[in-house]
Amino acid sequence: MTSGAALVSILRQGSYLVASVHTALDDSEMIRFQNDLIAQIGKHRSRGVIIDVAALDVLDSFGSKTLRNIAEMARLRGAVTVIVGIQPDVAFAMVQLGMGTGNVPTALDLEEGLVFLNSRVGHTESAAALQRDPYS
Amino acid sequence: MHMDESEVHVMRDVPDPSRQDKDQLLPQLVAHLREHRTKLRQEWASRIQDTHLLEAMTPQEMAAEATSVYDNYVEVLETGSVEALQHYARDLSERIIPRGVETHEVIGIVLLLRDVLARSLFEKYQRDFALLNRVLDAYEPAANRIANTVAVSFVDERERVIRQQQDAIRELSTPVLPVRERLLILPIIGVLDSERARQLTEQLLSGIRTHRAKVVVIDITGAPDVDTTVANHLVQTVDASRLMGASVIITGLSPKIAQTLVTIGVDLSKMNTIGDLQGGLEEAERLLGYTVTREAGATSS
Repeated sequence: MTSGAALVSILRQGSYLVASVHTALDDSEMIRFQNDLIAQIGKHRSRGVIIDVAALDVLDSFGSKTLRNIAEMARLRGAVTVIVGIQPDVAFAMVQLGMGTGNVPTALDLEEGLVFLNSRVGHTESAAALQRDPYS
Repeated sequence: MHMDESEVHVMRDVPDPSRQDKDQLLPQLVAHLREHRTKLRQEWASRIQDTHLLEAMTPQEMAAEATSVYDNYVEVLETGSVEALQHYARDLSERIIPRGVETHEVIGIVLLLRDVLARSLFEKYQRDFALLNRVLDAYEPAANRIANTVAVSFVDERERVIRQQQDAIRELSTPVLPVRERLLILPIIGVLDSERARQLTEQLLSGIRTHRAKVVVIDITGAPDVDTTVANHLVQTVDASRLMGASVIITGLSPKIAQTLVTIGVDLSKMNTIGDLQGGLEEAERLLGYTVTREAGATSS
């Protein structure tokens, strides 16, 4: 992976990917993050993606647009995306500047994001599990 | 500052002997006003009654206040000390403002007293016009300064009271109350201006984080009106709450506010609104998966 691990860490957690953004990213770093994440979704056959932006105290228009794009790309690759950890100030600034997260779901923090993904992805998984012979 | 004005005034009229005049005439004048204290005070009181001022006060109260105002007035004429008068006027204002005394009444009675005293000076010095002029030169600036001081003190005191009340209201105005785990209520009571709306957003968003809220009920039953700015701010608050993973239910939109919002064209399509707080709470409980059931056999009374 060419992107600096210090800026964003992408961790696999079961069938989910957890991407934590540790610091404000400039435009090219954002694009690199996008490429890495989309590549990893296919690699790990992930069903859900959590993007944690709790460490950010500012999120510009390009940043939020890229997050929306990532969510749409992830959907095309078969994963549900949820953005978590948006700070109060960031949330209000985003709304005031008219750049929400569009249709991308959001949750308070990582824990809530996992609960959300379980509710959205969990039932398809258990449906798949039913068809599998547990003793094979 | 007032002192300078009066000096300039006197010096312009009669340059040299005026200082002396003032020094001699003022004590003379004060002695006259002290001597006729009872008569002049009564005349003043009856003039106040004639003009229907201070009707919020009982005659006894008015007589007591009139006596102390009169004595203070004469004392300030004598000493020229505005500080003592300022202190007294502030004190007086503090007492009479809660009784509903208006600014025009306070200024009115002070001006009446000034006129009553001036009349008595006319009467005393009517035979010597030159002397009368000099007495008035000494009296008028001092009297005007008193009227000015009393009016300013009264208005200052009133503004202080208003500021104090505004602060108190502002502090109490936006409580964020947790009612169940992950459920917040935000009752809004009173006029919602943009400053309050900003404060509300701040408190709500930090409340969502600290209480890990999933649902917030904003109840605006107690808000009399909203304008475009505030309505848009509310919409932004709802959007920002959603970004933090909480859904917002707005309850208690009055008929007037509902009509205003639709007429001014605020986009409320994304807002989840429910008629009253009770309905809002029930919906919030449903969203959170709570079921509240009444125990069989329990009575409501």
